[in-house]
Amino acid sequence: MKNRGLAFKLILLILSSVTLIFLLIFGYSYMYSKRIIVENVEKNATNLARATVNQIDIVLRSIEKVPQNLSCVLGQSLCSGNELNNLLKYIVQNNKEIYGSAVAFSPLAYDDKKERYAPYFYKSGGEIKYSDLGKASYQYFFQDWYQIPKELDRPVWTEPYFDEGGGNIIMSTYSVPFYRTVDGEKGIAGIITSDISLSWLQEIVASIKIAKTGYGFLISQNGTFVTHPKEELVMNETIFSQAEARGDDGLRKIGRKMIHGESGFVPFRSMLTGKLCWMVYAPLSSSKWSLGVLFPQDELMADVARLNKTVIILGVIGFAFLLVIIVFIARSITRPLSVLAGVAEDIATGNLDVLIPEIKTGDEVGKLAQSFDYMKTSLKQYISDLTETTAVKERIESELQIAHDIQMGILPKIFPAFPEMSEFDLYATIEPAREVGGDLFDFFFLDDDHLCFNVGDVSGKGVPASLFMAITKTLIKTRATKDMPPEVILNQVNQDLSEDNPSLLFVTLFLGILNIKDGTIEYCNGGHNPPYIIRAGGEIEAVETTSGLALGVMEDFSFQSKRFVLNKGDALFIYSDGVTEAMNTEHKLFSEKRLEGELYRLKDLPVGDILAGVTEKIREFAQDEPQADDITMMIIHYNGSDDSVI
Amino acid sequence: MLHMRLKKSCKIVISFAFFLIIICVAPAEGGDALKKVSFIPQWVPQAQFAGYYIGLEKGIYRKHGIDLTIITGGPDYSPSDLLMDGRADFASLWLSTGIQMRAGGAKIFNIAQIMQRSALMLVAKKSSGIEKPLDMNGRKVGLWGPVFQLQPRAFFRKYDLTMRIIPQSFSVNLFMRDGVDVASAMWYNEYHTILNCGINPDELTTFFFHEHGLNFPEDGIYVREETYRKDPALCAAFVRASIEGWLYAFDHPDEALDVTMRNLKREHIPTTLVHQKWMLERMKDLILPEDGEDTGMGGLQIEDYSRVALSLKSMGLIESVPGFTSFYKVISDKDEK
Repeated sequence: MKNRGLAFKLILLILSSVTLIFLLIFGYSYMYSKRIIVENVEKNATNLARATVNQIDIVLRSIEKVPQNLSCVLGQSLCSGNELNNLLKYIVQNNKEIYGSAVAFSPLAYDDKKERYAPYFYKSGGEIKYSDLGKASYQYFFQDWYQIPKELDRPVWTEPYFDEGGGNIIMSTYSVPFYRTVDGEKGIAGIITSDISLSWLQEIVASIKIAKTGYGFLISQNGTFVTHPKEELVMNETIFSQAEARGDDGLRKIGRKMIHGESGFVPFRSMLTGKLCWMVYAPLSSSKWSLGVLFPQDELMADVARLNKTVIILGVIGFAFLLVIIVFIARSITRPLSVLAGVAEDIATGNLDVLIPEIKTGDEVGKLAQSFDYMKTSLKQYISDLTETTAVKERIESELQIAHDIQMGILPKIFPAFPEMSEFDLYATIEPAREVGGDLFDFFFLDDDHLCFNVGDVSGKGVPASLFMAITKTLIKTRATKDMPPEVILNQVNQDLSEDNPSLLFVTLFLGILNIKDGTIEYCNGGHNPPYIIRAGGEIEAVETTSGLALGVMEDFSFQSKRFVLNKGDALFIYSDGVTEAMNTEHKLFSEKRLEGELYRLKDLPVGDILAGVTEKIREFAQDEPQADDITMMIIHYNGSDDSVI
Repeated sequence: MLHMRLKKSCKIVISFAFFLIIICVAPAEGGDALKKVSFIPQWVPQAQFAGYYIGLEKGIYRKHGIDLTIITGGPDYSPSDLLMDGRADFASLWLSTGIQMRAGGAKIFNIAQIMQRSALMLVAKKSSGIEKPLDMNGRKVGLWGPVFQLQPRAFFRKYDLTMRIIPQSFSVNLFMRDGVDVASAMWYNEYHTILNCGINPDELTTFFFHEHGLNFPEDGIYVREETYRKDPALCAAFVRASIEGWLYAFDHPDEALDVTMRNLKREHIPTTLVHQKWMLERMKDLILPEDGEDTGMGGLQIEDYSRVALSLKSMGLIESVPGFTSFYKVISDKDEK
């Protein structure tokens, strides 16, 4: 996802949201339509069950009437054998629902000599047949249809049974006791029955057809299947034995509710197809049997299922359509973007002449392309400007370089300066902070014995300082003549510099004149750092100040000279403030103290090496901190004069 | 049905005749030939007799040198009659029936007491308020024929109950409709039928006679004295094969039920597999009671014998108690070759 393209993310997010929405709507509509169908099914099922139960009950009730009426008749008067037979025959003949009817007398109730007597008329092959159930093989005293109403002392419908030796069919019997009063005591004189063939019930229930596989079934009070489309269950199994066989405790619970005369609407698995069904069950009010009617869920839901299928197909088509559209939109967004990305890469490699494709969509991408084009043009302009500026800068730099060369050129640069002179060694270095600097140094002989030397530092830096420095140096050189004391030179130079100084620049200057014969140095210090004398014995001492001002500040200033003597082996070290004020990265100064220490450490080295050593120390100290000021040093080592020795 | 029954009778007669011939011929053929014998159980070929039928099916009797014919029992056949008149060599009878016959002079022996525990029971609905024996007093109880009445009557006497006895048929409907408060039931049969009429076990109060000191073990194998004396080895072989058959049935209930269901279907007797399964499981409990004494299968305990015989005598059903050894013949290892 993270590294996928915009189009992929767009498609994924939109399609998954759309799918979710679709599924929610679909699920809701499915649940809702299912609920409506279930409600309708429940209503219809209940109606159907009620109608069927009524249909059966009407018949059973009508059958019940016959023996009930007969029991009243027999309770009143004892019919003769023939009368009773005719009555029974008439009943069977004229009630098409009654399969057979009997009057079974209690022991000796019919006749003092007859233990058992039970005339029975029944339909067989279109005729009415007679049988005496009192025959020994039948044992009617032990038949449920006799025993149960007798023990309960009330009419009952029997469990369905195969009446072997009697009607010889599967039937159920409605038995009604009748009573007589003998010796003032009322007692059961016998049982009147009317039989109903179960095939009739089976037909009614079998006529219930719901959808393709829905069916009805009837169970007795004991849960025995009275009718069921699955033949082997009828009269053989109970709903409970089926529950046990299937290990289905739910079925047993439903069965118990059914035999207890409850009605309901429950999910139920078809015993015929195993399909999930809804079952409505309701009791027969007459025989207390229970009718169950099954409604196969999938068949009743077929319409909804078909609708769902269509909805899903439409959904899939819509999904595909949406996919195409989104791909198209995503492409129209990402195609110019990827072109722009390519162009940007091109630009990044420096090709600013690449053509930005024209995108006329007018949307954000179009604006982006325009901005891109503008950016490219601006970039190009900027680079062209930059090139020009760089060229100007380079020219200036090269001019500065030339200026540097010239500046360096006007400074003496061959050391030792006077190799033919054995009396002293002189070394000097200058390191401008920029191309051109404001420091200066110079030395020259005024006559054979007097060496004029100076070190100066112009205020400010760069080109103005360098020009001022060049003027100063030239002025010194031209002003300094034989036998002229230093204060005169400085006075004159100061006057010259001060006269026309619009930039208000000034220069600190140390100027000394060394008598090489005796080592005497007459000097004048115009506001410069006091130089150090390194005595042959190792002592380092600062040169006494002459209280002079920097040159160019005050035109009429009068400088004073002083003198000191360099003995053999002594050296004079002159420097500009670039040495002591060199800074390191922590903004600490190199300082006089550190310089004095270095001078002491290096004092025994050749003079050229002393300058190199100090330079190195300053670099070491400053580390990466850029040089802020020009660094100038000069050292004069006095070796003594042959004359003075002489 | 009648036609079928005739056919069955013919078959039996023919096989009997054939059997007689074999009896005569067998000795001539020597000891290795299979001995033809017939056996009659008390009732239809339900799981109550699964051990015999599976033994026949699996060739266990043949292995013991017996060519067995099992005569299909049912309401039309009295095993005691068939045993006495020689139509059957072996018969399954209740212990009480066997003792009554012996006491009445019938020359028969018990050679194995297959059931160790009485399956006969009384059952009542808790809704009728019966939770203990005394609750039954004065209530209506359904009882079957005389042989099924011994234990209930002894039970009523033991708890001093005066009952209204109602003859009970072989359906449970009278009890189901509350025509009686207490019903007789065989644990392996009617009790399960009641459960399958939608009554839950916890809605029933059960009285197992063996839990009330009235254990009258039921099914045992009986033989005529004459047969026993002539060929004790055959009797031993029959008993051993029967026990082996029972053990096989308990170890392979699916096969045993398969045979049972096939036999019942052949006889057009409606039943359900779950009912036969229940019956077979109960047979195991009755034949090999888990908490019973480990006396080996098929043994008749003298205490059981005395309990039943004395009870019969006290009820006046027998005049004197036959000697235990003259009634029960232990099958020991030496009997069978």
